[in-house]
Amino acid sequence: MSAGHHHALYLPGDTPVHRLPPQCKLIAAVGFAVAVVATPREAWGAFAVDALLLAAVAAAGRVPLGLVLRRMVIEVPFVLFAVAIPFIGLGERVEVLGLSLSLPGLWAAWNILAKATLGVVASILLAATTEPRMMLLGAERLRLPSLLVQIATFMLRYLSVILDQARRMRIARESRGFVARDIRQAPVLARSAGALFIRSYERGERVHLAMLSRGYTGQMPAVHDLPASRRQWAVAAVLPVLALTTAVVARSLA
Amino acid sequence: MHVPDGFFDVPVSAGAGVVAAAGVAVCLRRARRELDDRTAPMAGLVAAFIFAVQMLNFPVAAGTSGHLLGGALAAVLVGPATAVLCVAVVLLVQGFFFADGGLTALGVNISLMAIVTAVVGWTVFRLVSRTAPRSRTAVVVGSFLAALVSVPAAALAFTVLFWLGGTAPIEVSSVAAAMGGVHVLIGLGEGLITALTVSSVLAVRPDLVYGARGLRAPLVLRTADGEIPVDNPAPSPAPKLGIRPVLVGGGLVALLLAGVVSFYASSAPDGLNKVAADKGFNANEKPHDLENGPLAGYGVSGVENERLSGGLAGIAGVGITVLAGGAIFFTVRRRRRDEAAA
Amino acid sequence: MTSAGDSGTVVSLQVSGLAYAYPDGTQALFGVDLTIRRGERVALLGPNGAGKTTLVMHLNGILTAGHGTVEVAGLPVRSDTLREIRRRVGLVFQDPDDQLFMPTVREDVAFGPANLGVRGEELDRRVRDALDRVGMLEVADRPPHHLSFGQRRRVAVATVLAMEPEILVLDEPSSNLDPASRRELAEILRNLDVTVLMVTHDLPYALELCERSLILSRGVIAADGATRSLLADDELLAAHRLELPYGFAPSALPR
Repeated sequence: MSAGHHHALYLPGDTPVHRLPPQCKLIAAVGFAVAVVATPREAWGAFAVDALLLAAVAAAGRVPLGLVLRRMVIEVPFVLFAVAIPFIGLGERVEVLGLSLSLPGLWAAWNILAKATLGVVASILLAATTEPRMMLLGAERLRLPSLLVQIATFMLRYLSVILDQARRMRIARESRGFVARDIRQAPVLARSAGALFIRSYERGERVHLAMLSRGYTGQMPAVHDLPASRRQWAVAAVLPVLALTTAVVARSLA
Repeated sequence: MHVPDGFFDVPVSAGAGVVAAAGVAVCLRRARRELDDRTAPMAGLVAAFIFAVQMLNFPVAAGTSGHLLGGALAAVLVGPATAVLCVAVVLLVQGFFFADGGLTALGVNISLMAIVTAVVGWTVFRLVSRTAPRSRTAVVVGSFLAALVSVPAAALAFTVLFWLGGTAPIEVSSVAAAMGGVHVLIGLGEGLITALTVSSVLAVRPDLVYGARGLRAPLVLRTADGEIPVDNPAPSPAPKLGIRPVLVGGGLVALLLAGVVSFYASSAPDGLNKVAADKGFNANEKPHDLENGPLAGYGVSGVENERLSGGLAGIAGVGITVLAGGAIFFTVRRRRRDEAAA
Repeated sequence: MTSAGDSGTVVSLQVSGLAYAYPDGTQALFGVDLTIRRGERVALLGPNGAGKTTLVMHLNGILTAGHGTVEVAGLPVRSDTLREIRRRVGLVFQDPDDQLFMPTVREDVAFGPANLGVRGEELDRRVRDALDRVGMLEVADRPPHHLSFGQRRRVAVATVLAMEPEILVLDEPSSNLDPASRRELAEILRNLDVTVLMVTHDLPYALELCERSLILSRGVIAADGATRSLLADDELLAAHRLELPYGFAPSALPR
């Protein structure tokens, strides 16, 4: 599933969107997603407004449309699921091109597709305009448990190292004529997974020793301060507030 | 399968978020006691491993392939608390850094793929290793069953959430059947790979397998009276800690949140109901299971005020979710206490 | 040696009677004695499995001696002195990926001094200074995994220099380096004004950088003397599974 999602999405740049403090952007993205989910599904206009809002953010952050579209591939499994709903859904049925489809099913499919798409595009824009390191600092700033942030920091640092090891093991397998055809090859792959675990674990132990050697006592030294001004918060709030307003208006009109 | 935005309504998403947060909070404390100051680097590296192993595609049958969820595998290898943290971090990173899985669905994803798989997997594993004699075979068989059960368990939890606040009009029984059937098959694959992986680690570094700590050979003391075997104690298990305050606190926040949110969220009738009302076929609509549920239409029957009843339904929904999560934790905890007493 | 002179009498590292067995019962050290004076650059030579890494782990208290003592500039390694000991002993690991665990080079170099409580201007100065000494100032804001292997090893040295250690301990500094990186690292190490203990089985590198060498074999110090004379002793080398590269003759080198 979702092949190639080990490439981080970050797109270096120096735009107003890039410059916003990460904690503001994190809150904005989550707030936007909540607003979208809370929007009633028959409010076509509201979703169009949300899409326009995202387009504006993408333009301000100079995120090319192509990149966003390529990244939306991640949604594909759920598009397939959504497409199936009208066929298996309950309720009143309508004839579309000779197919009997469930009307509530169509609504549900539309609901999932629209909201999932807006949500995934918001996440893509967040990830494309926020350096991974900054995202972690933002999370720390938002008072996420520091241990959790540390774990994520180490994971991101060593992800490429571990994936590289996995890739080398795959090349080693394949260069000796190994092809994973069916379940009979599973033991070989599982041995690779086992070896990968041992290497990861042992590296964890060595990293811990290296940290101890430089005075680690269980707390990461806090050397960063990432303040966000009121103005920056206000700028970041524009997206979720507009989306929320749209949702509220749509609800009251509905 | 990462659930995207829009799959569940706001109260269920928020409720699952609270369950996920409470579960992760409990595991943060437990893991810290299991690994002390090694927690951050070790869990970080194991999380990277889980991420990598999820990308390893295993051939299932003619042309199709699947990949590991890894919750049960992680639980057997590094213990349930660390496993929950690792998978949760993987999901958070996938959500925020790779746009995989909806941001509002993070709670659902963490609850299902981190907490349910690891806790259920670990519970099954413990059951097997307590009933079977201590041996490598028992550990491997235990891992197989743990992973096999963990996948349909997550699917079942998904179905429950779907029944509480899914947005698609599919009969809950057909969701259960479809999810259950498919996931028993997926679980077989997961179980096979998990067991083989655990077995290959056991062969090289048995000391790294958390679930095999009981397998240490006894030490031998050489004294004047000959050789005396003594116990080789496993590293002391994590001390008991109060999950109760975390769960109670989290639960209260969840209820408050869901109540407030759905008070507003349900002020307008949900789309499906609205269409039905507009078209005037409410009367002859064949009621389906979803609408017969106690929370049908997210309004509590018998409460006239629409907003109020929506809020109550939200509270009830979260309450059920929290109770389900809590029940799992308390079962595990009681089991541990029994073990300690035994 | 540049710093010979009055400081030459101060002892940086004193190990006496050090013995250690791993929890599984395997004994790795059988009574190690060694003394390194301030400003010296000493190579610790030995075949694989001689106990080199185990010894190194004792120098900053990662492992605790089963018997014997380790003193760094007069301070014994004990659980209550660990913090100061870890500041005084700068350990450079063999795999720089183990050592560079922070998201950027700057943060990584800052990690050690920040743990010691250094903040603000002083922290910036130390980071800049350390990176400058290994010629890596320009990569300060890059993530470590975007650097070449040689660059990573130099940054790893900087992370330790930033703690202003009494003694720099390098585990296999030349491993996996291409000849150019190897030479660059040698130049950097030669110009550092700190005591260096270099653990290696790369004999030419030891000869290039260190006047004095110790041979650790089967858990004890088997020889201690001028690197040049140790490497000229074929029998000694053969007895401890040490070999010079083909065609390498230490006696033929200019002094």
